[in-house]
Amino acid sequence: MENIAEKTNVQVKEIKAPGRLTRMFLELYEVYKFIGRFFKEAFFPPYEGKELVRQCYDIGYRSLLLISTTGFITGMVFTKQSRPSLAEFGATSWLPSLVAIALLRTLAPLLTALIAAGKVGSSIGAELGSMRVTEQIDAMEVSATNPFKFLVTTRVLASTITIPILTFYTAMIGMLGALLNVYLSEGTSATAFFQSSLESITFLDVTASTVKAIIFGFTIGIVGCYQGYNSSKGTEGVGKAANASVVIGMFLIFIEEVVSVQFFALFRT
Amino acid sequence: MPYSGPDIMEQKTPTKSGLEKVIEIKNLYKSFGVFDVLKGVDLDLYRGENLVVLGKSGTGKSVLIKIIVGLLTADEGEVIVLGKHLEQITYKELLDLRLKIGFSFQNSALYDSMTVGENLKFPLIRNQRKLGKAEVKKAIEEMLDAVGLLNTIDQMPSELSGGQRKRIGIARTLILQPEIMLYDEPTAGLDPITCLEINSLINEVQERFHTSSIVITHDLTCAKAVGNRVAMLLDGKFESVGTFDEVFITSDNRVKPFYEYNFIQ
Repeated sequence: MENIAEKTNVQVKEIKAPGRLTRMFLELYEVYKFIGRFFKEAFFPPYEGKELVRQCYDIGYRSLLLISTTGFITGMVFTKQSRPSLAEFGATSWLPSLVAIALLRTLAPLLTALIAAGKVGSSIGAELGSMRVTEQIDAMEVSATNPFKFLVTTRVLASTITIPILTFYTAMIGMLGALLNVYLSEGTSATAFFQSSLESITFLDVTASTVKAIIFGFTIGIVGCYQGYNSSKGTEGVGKAANASVVIGMFLIFIEEVVSVQFFALFRT
Repeated sequence: MPYSGPDIMEQKTPTKSGLEKVIEIKNLYKSFGVFDVLKGVDLDLYRGENLVVLGKSGTGKSVLIKIIVGLLTADEGEVIVLGKHLEQITYKELLDLRLKIGFSFQNSALYDSMTVGENLKFPLIRNQRKLGKAEVKKAIEEMLDAVGLLNTIDQMPSELSGGQRKRIGIARTLILQPEIMLYDEPTAGLDPITCLEINSLINEVQERFHTSSIVITHDLTCAKAVGNRVAMLLDGKFESVGTFDEVFITSDNRVKPFYEYNFIQ
C-alpha cells in the first residue's frame, strides 16, 4: 500500500475496516435497496417492453432444448426407479399418479429452477458484470438513461414470467418420458395414462407449483442481476459475479423449496 | 473525418468568447478508503474552451470528471455545473443536467450487444420520445456522417478498430447535443495517425457544436493540439493552469518529465 501511495502521490490515512458482521448487514441492506428499486422501476413508466420480450425469448426459448432433454429423462428415469417399489404392493397402476404428483409438486419446479440458475443466472451475472467493468452501465447513466430499468427490471421480470412457463413445460415433457416408459413396460395407452395422472392432480398442486416457480424465477433474476450490476475488480469480478449468481441462486432455491413445502402442507390437511 | 491539417503541433490560444463559467469546482476533496486522491481542487471551465487536464496515473483525473457528471460524489467541496450545485440537486435534476454533458469514456464503453446504429439510438429515443422513426434514423445518420463513419451503422462494436470505437463513442454522446464534453483519455492506446484524427475531431466538435470541453490525457501532442488551456494535477491539486507554454516552461521537476518524455528531449 505504501508503494502505491508513493507512486501515485496519494495520501494514505488510517481507517478501521468494518467487521464481518457489519459488512454482512451492510450487504443485506444493499440487497433490500436493490429489490425495493426493482419494484419501483417495474411498476412505474416508462416501460422497456421491447427489451422485456427479447429477454423472455433469451431466457425462455433458448433454454428449451436443455429443459426438454432433462425433463424427459427425469420423467422416464423416475418412473423406472419407482416401479419396483410399487410392484411390491401390486400397485404399478398408480405409477401415472405418482409421477404426475412428484413432477408437478417438486421435480418440475426444482429441476427447472436449478437448470435456469445455472444457465440463466450465470449468463445474467456475467453479462451485467462485464457491462459494469467495461463502463457500459456508466455510459448509460451519463447519457441520462436508466440502466437499472433497461438491464435489471427487464431481466428479473423475464425470468419471473418465463420460469413458471418452463416449469409446466418441464412437467409436460417429464410426463411424456414417463408415458414412454410405462408404454414400453406395461403397454399402457396414452389416454389411460393421462386420465389416471390428471385425476390425481389438484388445484392446490397447480397453485403451489405456480407460486413456487414465480418465486424461483424472481430469485434467479434478482440474484444474477444484483451480482452482475454490482460487480467490480475487472475480469475477476465478472467471474465472481457469474459464480455467485449460480451458487447463491441455487442455495436460495433450496431454502425456498423447503419453506414453500412446509407452507403449502398447511393447506393439504 | 480523417485528419488532414498539417499543423499538428500548433498551440491553441485561450478562447475569447467571454468569461462565462460552465463548470466551477471549489475546494474539492475525494478519497477512496485510505487513499486521499483529490485534496482541495479548484478549477473553472469557461464556455467554448477546451481545457486539458494532465497528471500522473492514479492522481484522480478521471475521478474529477466522474464527479462532474455525477458518477461519483465528492467528499467535500463545491461542484457547480451550468449553474447547478451538484451536491444540492435531485436525481431528476441530475438527469436533466446529464443531457447537457457528453462523456467520452477511455475504452469507448460502446454497448457491445447492439449495432453502431442502435448504440446511437439508445440514448436518443429514451431522451427524445417525441421523435418519429424517420427523424431518429436521420439524426443517427447525420451524426455518424459527422464523425466519418456512416458506413459502420450496421456493424457491431467488436468489428471496429480502436479509433473507430472512439469516434462512435463521441458520436453517441454528441447525438444528445451536449453543451459540455468530457473526454477521458481520448487518444490512449491509439496509433499516432489515429491520435491526430481524434485530436482533429475534438477540435471540430468544439467549433461545430460549440461545446466546452475537459480533456483528460497523458498525450502532450493531444494537449497542445486541442487545449486552449492546460491544467496540471499534482499531489491532488491543480498546481499550474495556463496555456501550454505557461505550464511547461518551468523548472518544476514534477512537470518537466512529462514534456521530456513526450517530446524526447
